[in-house]
Amino acid sequence: MTETELRVSKIQNGTVLDHLTAGEALHVLAMLGIDGSGGETVSLGMNVPSDRLGRKDVVKVEGRELSDSEAEVLSLIAPEATVNIVRDYDVVEKRRVERPEEVSGVLTCPNSECITNAGEPADPTFAVLDDGVRCEYCGEIVRDDITAHLGDGPQSV
Amino acid sequence: MQQDHLLTAKQLSRADIEAVLERAAEFDGDPDAARERHAGELLALCFFEPSTRTKMSFETAAKRLGAGVVDMGSVDDSSVKKGESLADTARVVEGYADGIVLRHPRQGSAKLASEHVDVPVVNAGDGAGHHPSQTLLDLYTIREHAGLDDLSIGIVGDLKYGRTVHSLAHALTNFDARQHFVSPESLRLPRSVRYDLHEAGAQVREHEDLEAVLPNVDVLYVTRIQRERFPDDDEYEAVAGEYRLTPELLAEHASDDLAVMHPLPRVDEIAPEVDDTEYATYFEQAHNGVPVRMALLDSLL
Ligand SMILES: [Zn+2]
Repeated sequence: MTETELRVSKIQNGTVLDHLTAGEALHVLAMLGIDGSGGETVSLGMNVPSDRLGRKDVVKVEGRELSDSEAEVLSLIAPEATVNIVRDYDVVEKRRVERPEEVSGVLTCPNSECITNAGEPADPTFAVLDDGVRCEYCGEIVRDDITAHLGDGPQSV
Repeated sequence: MQQDHLLTAKQLSRADIEAVLERAAEFDGDPDAARERHAGELLALCFFEPSTRTKMSFETAAKRLGAGVVDMGSVDDSSVKKGESLADTARVVEGYADGIVLRHPRQGSAKLASEHVDVPVVNAGDGAGHHPSQTLLDLYTIREHAGLDDLSIGIVGDLKYGRTVHSLAHALTNFDARQHFVSPESLRLPRSVRYDLHEAGAQVREHEDLEAVLPNVDVLYVTRIQRERFPDDDEYEAVAGEYRLTPELLAEHASDDLAVMHPLPRVDEIAPEVDDTEYATYFEQAHNGVPVRMALLDSLL
């Protein structure tokens, strides 16, 4: 049994995010709106040796299953990530994140003049470009530091 | 047009543009022929910021098609002041009218409104975003004076915040047009527009010096540089002076058949003395707003 598999098997119910880009673990937690205040058990490994990536981060969250829209945004920060859903100590689902054509509901638009920042019933939606994302309402392009534009956490868990 | 709404110039294909311009030319030639085409229909004018000119142009176009208009009035008098969302306003107005013309200070507002209604929405300006009906009348005017293919156009002024510039630049990518953008460094085209022009394979050059561009363009599209874009008055005066068009400047540098356009209102970026020269095309451009908006409404309503 490899060390990674050992770690995966350690939580009872929840999500293990593996193969995260080294150094992005804290951004991933921010994206998921997890700051420990909910009382859930969170563990993370940073710069863990990895055959595939050289170094990687790993995040484990007890009692929380990642939604599809969260996994999509995760792909923007950590394109090599794998999402493991764990129930009763078993990995019941394991998948690579896929870069979607658009992401909705997780990022907020950095353009203060954008209609999505005006308290309207609009789900901020972003087209995914080769090297960034673009607001479908105002056209603003975000290239660097996508995590700076995370909203107040995901609407669905 | 293939679409249900007119939200950005980016959505317009060459065929869409040509269809509107040709219909506009028919209406221009014989305004009476359209008198009853949309009798009994109603167009709602929702202007969340003042724009007498664009609003009157749409109202005139609707009435010349036989349609009536209902006007939200100024924002001060409406439920908007009480905090109603744009989405709610649009849904309410949808119950009154067969189409909505929307001017709103925020980018993306027309798209948002269109998501909540089943009647056509025309974006009549969304902040620093788009103003596609202005673009159609600009294209109509350019076509009359220089043609849309094998065109060399200079676009000068506030390229960063100028929505008429953004929409026109997008639309011109459908044609064989060389676009010369002239502005101070601080008012260059925004990144998102440059990205689109690059993606579209547009022929684009950026300049700071107006004089150098003048001899090489068939059309000069001038926009206003606003004082509030600059940290202090001195800087504004310096830039505004550099891009101010006078008969002398034009006589010295421009080709004789240059058409000078401007979306209006102008302040002092074009000297009044230019009005009496052959270059001045901006009042004709404004008049073209009515037949072009007639053609646009005719295709959407
Ligand atoms: Zn936006």
